[in-house]
Amino acid sequence: MQYYIQQILNALQVGSVYALIALGYTMVYGILTLINFAHGDIFMVSTYIAFFFSTLLLGLTHHLPPLFTFVATLLAAMAGTSLVAVIIERLAYKPLRTAPRISCVITALGVGLLLENFMVAFKPIGPDSRIIPALFESTNYVIAGVTFSTLQIMIILISGIAMVLLDLVVRKTMIGMAMRAISWDKFTVPLMGISVDTIISITFILGASVAAIGGTLYGMAYSIDPYMGIRIGWWAFISAVVGGIGNIRGAMLGGFILGFIEIFTPVFLPASTYRDFVAFSLLLVLLIFKPTGILGKPAVQKV
Amino acid sequence: MDVPVSVKVPLAVKFWTRWRMKFLLCIIFALTFILPKTGIINPYIDMVLIYIGINMILTISLNLVNGYMGEFSVGHAGFMALGAYTASLLSVWVIPDSLNSYLFPLTVVIGGVIAGAFALIVAFPSFRTRGDYLAIVTLAFNMIIKSAIENIDGIGGPRGFMGMDKMTNLPWTFVWVCITIFLARNFIFSNVGRGVLSLREDETAAGLLSVNTRQVKVLTFVFSAFLAGIAGALYAHELQYIYPKGFTIAKSTDMLVMVYLGGIGSIGGSIMGATVYTVVLEALRSILQFAGISQEWRQVFAPLMLIFLMIYRPKGIMGMREFSFLIPEAERFQKISLNPFSKKNRNRKKSEELKS
Repeated sequence: MQYYIQQILNALQVGSVYALIALGYTMVYGILTLINFAHGDIFMVSTYIAFFFSTLLLGLTHHLPPLFTFVATLLAAMAGTSLVAVIIERLAYKPLRTAPRISCVITALGVGLLLENFMVAFKPIGPDSRIIPALFESTNYVIAGVTFSTLQIMIILISGIAMVLLDLVVRKTMIGMAMRAISWDKFTVPLMGISVDTIISITFILGASVAAIGGTLYGMAYSIDPYMGIRIGWWAFISAVVGGIGNIRGAMLGGFILGFIEIFTPVFLPASTYRDFVAFSLLLVLLIFKPTGILGKPAVQKV
Repeated sequence: MDVPVSVKVPLAVKFWTRWRMKFLLCIIFALTFILPKTGIINPYIDMVLIYIGINMILTISLNLVNGYMGEFSVGHAGFMALGAYTASLLSVWVIPDSLNSYLFPLTVVIGGVIAGAFALIVAFPSFRTRGDYLAIVTLAFNMIIKSAIENIDGIGGPRGFMGMDKMTNLPWTFVWVCITIFLARNFIFSNVGRGVLSLREDETAAGLLSVNTRQVKVLTFVFSAFLAGIAGALYAHELQYIYPKGFTIAKSTDMLVMVYLGGIGSIGGSIMGATVYTVVLEALRSILQFAGISQEWRQVFAPLMLIFLMIYRPKGIMGMREFSFLIPEAERFQKISLNPFSKKNRNRKKSEELKS
């Protein structure tokens, strides 16, 4: 029993990171109907920004309060990643706004590979894996045989807050309303005096910031390397599709489902190497029986 | 073809126009035997040429789905892996060494057939809707194949599989490329091929014109996977070592670059795309070495090229045009229907609009 509670806690930790990244996929898809395959690598970039900023900050002085360094790193990662995402959007996706959708998807694949390979080829970063330095003391608590650390609680808590905030932004604010309006009807929205380009940029900023929160937290718990974006990005993408792509709450749900799959595959199957197999098989089966995902609404085909 | 009766064509000209292509192919085929022996083609160039041939097959295979049919597959590396592993397992475990060189074509074909069979399994559920759906399904398929191979310890798992003889040489590659081009061309200009083209333009209209859209889609996809499997089998017997990490999305992206570089919806484009891309990447190797830059920057080049292509020249080099020798004789004067981008066609459209 304790074992299973422990595993559920681990699953929540991994799942919340997947959910945070899946949000970026789903929001961009909702607005542009573009599968932004580069998003997993934007997540990877965010972990590197967090890594370099925190090493820089800790290298300057050790007397800062840990909470300050942590929040500063988080904010720096969010700002830096947003900048990268907006630059990518402006340079690579915007010229293709009127092109066939396939061109956009291919470009996104290309951007993702470009980020990975650039990080590997770029000397100061290179292919080695690193760990973000501990920004605050993480102590382990044991309650009724279940171990959990401050870091683990922080990850679950901060991800939860970020998700609730994002959901509020999309549902309650004017920007969120504009975003939903664009996903509903792209041609009428500009007539209502809304700048579509600005809203699209804001969507990318929101997606990237949420991914940066996930990236910073992930980088503190696990090691980072330039190819991490592939696996985690795909898993987050499956989360988005499983939950129903374009649906924000679906993405959160999908993230947690995938988190549970990742943690519980080695429990029921001989090795953890089967987890990719299980996850992608789930995706395939789901697409066969419910192509719109768990919470997605069926799309009406216009002739 | 209606030849005006009044024009008298000399017999020699007739003979030449009829046989020149076959003649040329025979000469090149003979050269593929002679040149490596005489040392004019050194082993390095020989290898590059073989890779160009394999890449041509791959590009034509992907072009059938992404270019001619207008669907979007990103998982062709998965089919390639299936072909490669099937053929390798056959030639190492099943076929005795003495028969290996005689049964090589059979091994390659079986590799293609297995890839095609898997494509059938993927295709049936995945062609219910259009759009990103196939992209996601093929991608998942690619990942599943890679993950499955990694988990089967009997065939090497993540360490890979080796022990094949080097069966793929220049003549064999040439033969397979010719067969691929021949099959693909005849497929496109067949009855089914017309259906494929009409699907790309407008699926609903195609359905109304009694094209069995689903059947045509599945058939094209399976045929495409079959070609990818053949390319995989050849690849395995050239490199003599295959491993699951070699068949990831990066490999599929390479294929995409070649298809879009050459031009979608054009076999000639695929030939050009595969050649240019392979040669440029190989040239880059020595250029980087010369400039003293690390080889890893080579990997940056391919995606960058893809992005710039998409933004500045989405039509590719050939852009829906076709070499005339790849068009059946009876169609050569009806190029209009094949090339929506041509100036002639556009002007004709304009004048029609003006008339009405």
